[in-house]
Amino acid sequence: MIKYESIEELVTEAEKRNIKISQLVLEDQAKTMEVSELELYEKMELSFEVMQQSVKDGMKKDQKSMSGLTGGEGYLMNQYVTDKDGGLCGNLMSKAIARALSVAGCNASMGKIVAAPTAGSCGILPGCLVSLYEDRGFDKRAIIMSMFTAGAVGMVVAARSSIAGAQGGCQAECGSAAAMAAAALVELMGGTPSQCADACAMAISNQMGLVCDPVAGLVEIPCVKRNVSGLVIAYSSADMALAGIGAKIPADECIDAMREVGDALPASLKETAGGGLATTPTGRKLRDKVFGN
Amino acid sequence: MNVFDIIGPVMIGPSSSHTAGAVRLGRVVNKLIDDRKLKRVEITLSGSFAQTYKGHGTDRALMAGIMGYKSYSPEIRDALKIADKRGIEYSFNKENIKGAHPNTARIHYYLEDGSEGVMQGASIGGGNILVKQINGMDVDFNGENNTILVMHEDKPGVIASVTNMMHWEHAELNISNFRLSRQEKGGEAIMTIEIDNAPPEELVEEIRGIEHVLNAILIRRV
Repeated sequence: MIKYESIEELVTEAEKRNIKISQLVLEDQAKTMEVSELELYEKMELSFEVMQQSVKDGMKKDQKSMSGLTGGEGYLMNQYVTDKDGGLCGNLMSKAIARALSVAGCNASMGKIVAAPTAGSCGILPGCLVSLYEDRGFDKRAIIMSMFTAGAVGMVVAARSSIAGAQGGCQAECGSAAAMAAAALVELMGGTPSQCADACAMAISNQMGLVCDPVAGLVEIPCVKRNVSGLVIAYSSADMALAGIGAKIPADECIDAMREVGDALPASLKETAGGGLATTPTGRKLRDKVFGN
Repeated sequence: MNVFDIIGPVMIGPSSSHTAGAVRLGRVVNKLIDDRKLKRVEITLSGSFAQTYKGHGTDRALMAGIMGYKSYSPEIRDALKIADKRGIEYSFNKENIKGAHPNTARIHYYLEDGSEGVMQGASIGGGNILVKQINGMDVDFNGENNTILVMHEDKPGVIASVTNMMHWEHAELNISNFRLSRQEKGGEAIMTIEIDNAPPEELVEEIRGIEHVLNAILIRRV
């Protein structure tokens, strides 16, 4: 039985048996939940298909959030990528950005999404994985398996720290999502379990301290765009790990540090709309506009 | 916790606590109403729910849950219109419910047959909920286990009748938590029984058949 209390446990166990983290997690979860591996795999496959649909739904030109404060970001980015041959970031990354924006936009307009790990950070994992599937031709089975690796990382973060913005700030939502995605990407690219852990550590380090300061308390500004920074950090952390650049601080210690930083953040910066961007002059104006004060 | 608590739930946005959790709170009321006809609901929102309910669609999510939709039903978006069409009256008001969790809703429902009831609960993050009160009685369950609520008259022997029946008819059922709450001696009382196993379909009907039991409902684990 896996405890999901440390990344090290996952790495040690997977390397001892010479299997991928995803295989370890699938076997373990099937045992714990008393269902077949096939059933769990198929459930994850459905989640992946919902993610693909959220990308499509959120990329529509007339996509608009509930409050009207955000909308159409995914469409604009996708147009730009097509018109400018990938823009600055190149085709893979720019299209991934467009997808993350689309899913986060889909969420903001009350569309159907998969929380991963939360609704506010739901664009990061699909942005990474759907892009490898649709633009790089990765095997669907490998993609879906990598979601078990991502899920296991999220379980460890939830156990040692938090995945709720109200408790740990945005680092707990987009930071956790980036760490999850980074580990999945490394596995997909053929990296070792310990490289997955390195990517996870670097992703968390690079989002450390990020506050949750939503304008008008809505999952729109800056949440939609923060999914992009999470996605870019996931890709770059995965590439660094695959290049052989190790994490100097182990993943578990990074997660513990994230909890300590989250605890130290004042309540005003943890999903209360009491500080940061939410209380800037423009942030306040937008809030008044939405609520008609 | 399992892997689908992290990669999931599949839900209608924008917020797991303010939308998906709100649907689940509404669904508890849907279970309480069962197949009786709903006439009117008065929904009181407290704390963060009161501040941001419109932008998060919390109002639509609660109504969707009350009407029996799930956290992934696309109908959530049009839940208020659907309620209008079904002739269900609804109102939302804000009140600071003292000592309550920041995301608390109190739902007072009135049925066509003249009966009514109240449920108070909180959305505690990630789509998870905590039901605190039913008809003014403390219950305190989170829906992570299969939960049976038994509304009954406060009479000697009712608890024994229910638990004995559960044991004799379904020996495999194991109670993991039990709580009793009552309005006053001899008045209405409520048992909250959480069980480890998936309960058989007929269990609720069997409990309803026991003397002095007013109603029984099952909230399945999510």
